[in-house]
Amino acid sequence: MPGLTPEIQKLRDLRLAEQQQQPLRAVRICTTGCRALGALEVHAAFERELAAAGLTRKVALIKTGCQGICAGAPVISIDPDGILYLGAKPADVPEIVRTTLCGGGIVERLCFQGRQGPIPKRSEIPFFAVQKPIVLARCGRIDPTSIAAAMAAGSYEMLERVLTEMEPEAVIAEIATSGLRGRGGAGFPTGRKWSATRAAPGDLKYLVCNADEGDPGAFMDRAVVEGDPHAVLEGLLIAAYAIGARHGYVYVRAEYPIAIEHLKLAIAQAREHGLLGENILGTGMAFDVKIKAGAGAFVCGEETALLASIEGKRGMPRPRPPFPAQSGLWGKPTCINNVETLANIAEILRMGGAAYSGLGTPTSKGTKIFALAGKVKYTGLVEVPIGVTMNQLVNDIGGGVPAGSAFKAAQMGGPSGGCVPARYLDMPIDYETVKEVGAIMGSGGLIILDEETCMVDLARYFMEFCAKESCGKCPPCRIGTTRMLEILNRICAGQGVPEDIARLEELGSQVKKNALCGLGQTAPNPVLTTIRHFRSEYEAHVNQRRCPAVVCRNLISFTILPDKCICCGRCAKGCPAHCISGKAGKAPARATAPDREKGKVGEPFAIQPALCIKCGACFDVCPAKAVVKQ
Amino acid sequence: MQICNAVDSSFDLAPVAGIVATHTPFSEGDIIGALQDIQERYGYLAQPVVDELARLSGLPVAKFYGVATFYSQFHLKPHGKHTIRVCRGTACHVRGSPKIMDSVVRHLGIEDGGTTPDMQFSLETVACLGTCFLSPVMLVDSKYFGNLTPDQAVKVLESMGSKSASNGTAPEEEMPACQA
Repeated sequence: MPGLTPEIQKLRDLRLAEQQQQPLRAVRICTTGCRALGALEVHAAFERELAAAGLTRKVALIKTGCQGICAGAPVISIDPDGILYLGAKPADVPEIVRTTLCGGGIVERLCFQGRQGPIPKRSEIPFFAVQKPIVLARCGRIDPTSIAAAMAAGSYEMLERVLTEMEPEAVIAEIATSGLRGRGGAGFPTGRKWSATRAAPGDLKYLVCNADEGDPGAFMDRAVVEGDPHAVLEGLLIAAYAIGARHGYVYVRAEYPIAIEHLKLAIAQAREHGLLGENILGTGMAFDVKIKAGAGAFVCGEETALLASIEGKRGMPRPRPPFPAQSGLWGKPTCINNVETLANIAEILRMGGAAYSGLGTPTSKGTKIFALAGKVKYTGLVEVPIGVTMNQLVNDIGGGVPAGSAFKAAQMGGPSGGCVPARYLDMPIDYETVKEVGAIMGSGGLIILDEETCMVDLARYFMEFCAKESCGKCPPCRIGTTRMLEILNRICAGQGVPEDIARLEELGSQVKKNALCGLGQTAPNPVLTTIRHFRSEYEAHVNQRRCPAVVCRNLISFTILPDKCICCGRCAKGCPAHCISGKAGKAPARATAPDREKGKVGEPFAIQPALCIKCGACFDVCPAKAVVKQ
Repeated sequence: MQICNAVDSSFDLAPVAGIVATHTPFSEGDIIGALQDIQERYGYLAQPVVDELARLSGLPVAKFYGVATFYSQFHLKPHGKHTIRVCRGTACHVRGSPKIMDSVVRHLGIEDGGTTPDMQFSLETVACLGTCFLSPVMLVDSKYFGNLTPDQAVKVLESMGSKSASNGTAPEEEMPACQA
């Protein structure tokens, strides 16, 4: 080990100088995810108002990555007070500046609304209570486009320590002690993967960061790359040192433009500071990293398909063994780690592998980020110790399903995962327990479903996805998913036959056993778990031609209750099939004599069932709830 | 696929050399990136352009078409001026994206993957935009429109000058939140 080099000393001085310059007061606005709901306009309004109030030099205005509680976008933090404002518009900004920044007061209507009233402090909001941010510690706090800000918050400290104090074997041992398992889905122990790649013969080794977050419903990797790209780079650098890789790739989805932009910037800044290149921080280590933008193929999340894609080929998987650790990119030993896995590395070294392994359950250590979405009140990103219960995630953190409905199931792990029904609410979430009920932890996408979700339709949706994304190389997946989709389409169309359910189970188990890669081997999971936990819904579709959740179009009908119809005519106006007729005017029950004389009385509207396309536009638009769906 | 004699005079092939130069030395690993650059520059992968790319790179043109037909990002046909991407992620699905898709399909009169005859709009679905908290969501060029209703989706398209393919008109409603 080279010991402390002048370059490392220079970096430390820079960090120290930057830390001393950190302003006491700051307004932090998420401008990545929240950009879609006007965060940039709110930021511009703050710029104007802070200047007008003469606070520009006293209060730092920071554009950050995701702050977690996406349901309240745009999310604004005011520090050091720790106040969180949700859903502010540019018009609210003068009041925030006046009341909070100048007056020290609270704008209550912009606070998180708890059961007992507004909760201004972030630390007291139930959404954050169970959380343990390790990977997300800096995300939402720092400006992700500034390496100085990242360094002031501790970035690259662990790289410095590793390069000066630790042998590669010691780094691997520390990660092995931590019990960290791959966060991309399969949960393979990271330490073992690293030592296998290190042990593989050959001088040329590759390191790949898998940021091809393809699971619908998962957005944690996007948030980490957008909000703290240097955490990923530091993880890559430490991993490269540990396994002896000279070249690295980050494979990112093309659908994540902000992530690509922030990563490009971070790589350029790291290179400028001597953190990438031929002689990293004067220690003689050489490593460089390139970004590869994916081109829209879900299967490329599978590691061998991803490698084929980096090599410029069609993204098709190949049989393993040989595993990439022996023969990966261009036949060389290659280690592939997911974004969240890599973003854990520096923090594990900081707290020590043993301390990290104190979090979580006996077999699943540490924390996991979940993306809460679907029918849940507070959607967003949460990082919790592995082993918290579904109930804590859905109800304590997520605030439960919106009023008027009830929690039915959680879909975990995307198209490779399954549905965990309500009766498992007290189940601790870890790799093994989730597997026992037929789902997988996966990348951490957690879609909450309520009673309005048809489980058969959901299974059909996932099968359609897998059939479309199947690369076509192996017949069990190519043909099996298509046949399963045909059966599911038939059941949802009300043309199912009683044998269909058993056929799905048989086909599903065959596809699982015989498909070449992870896509095919897990594609039947959503179908098999919904049959296992919600068989009665399948039976209702097949035997009674009935969709209990009132979703499948061929099995439902819309009618207008004449007594409830207020004759407004909105349903007829919005009907794309022009199959609703009636006369707009005053509802007969409420019409007065003069109305009658003047011919202002309407006639209740009615739907012609034969022409109805069951789009539900009338149901959605009716202000009197006179349209019923059954 | 012909390599040399398919040159169409309507394409300015000069920029291709510049794109190849940014990937020098050109190897198989550069195919996807180069095709992405070509599509960025020309809007789609026109045959003469891809043939020129293959000629200059020295790799068989079949390798380029192999890649171009595998990945959903690549278009071999001209694309509309605006691209509408309706998210079909799980969160969007359970919060009504099929209805959003239906209303857009009806309004524009084109199916998934289609382009309007006036070349203004192309319609695509995307597996997940990673903005599940906005569900149901659609991306119009680089602007996200979230928490949509079918009527709002149509309003967005009308505000961009789309002509309805059907006779139905949407009732008055506020425009949804949007931002680039």
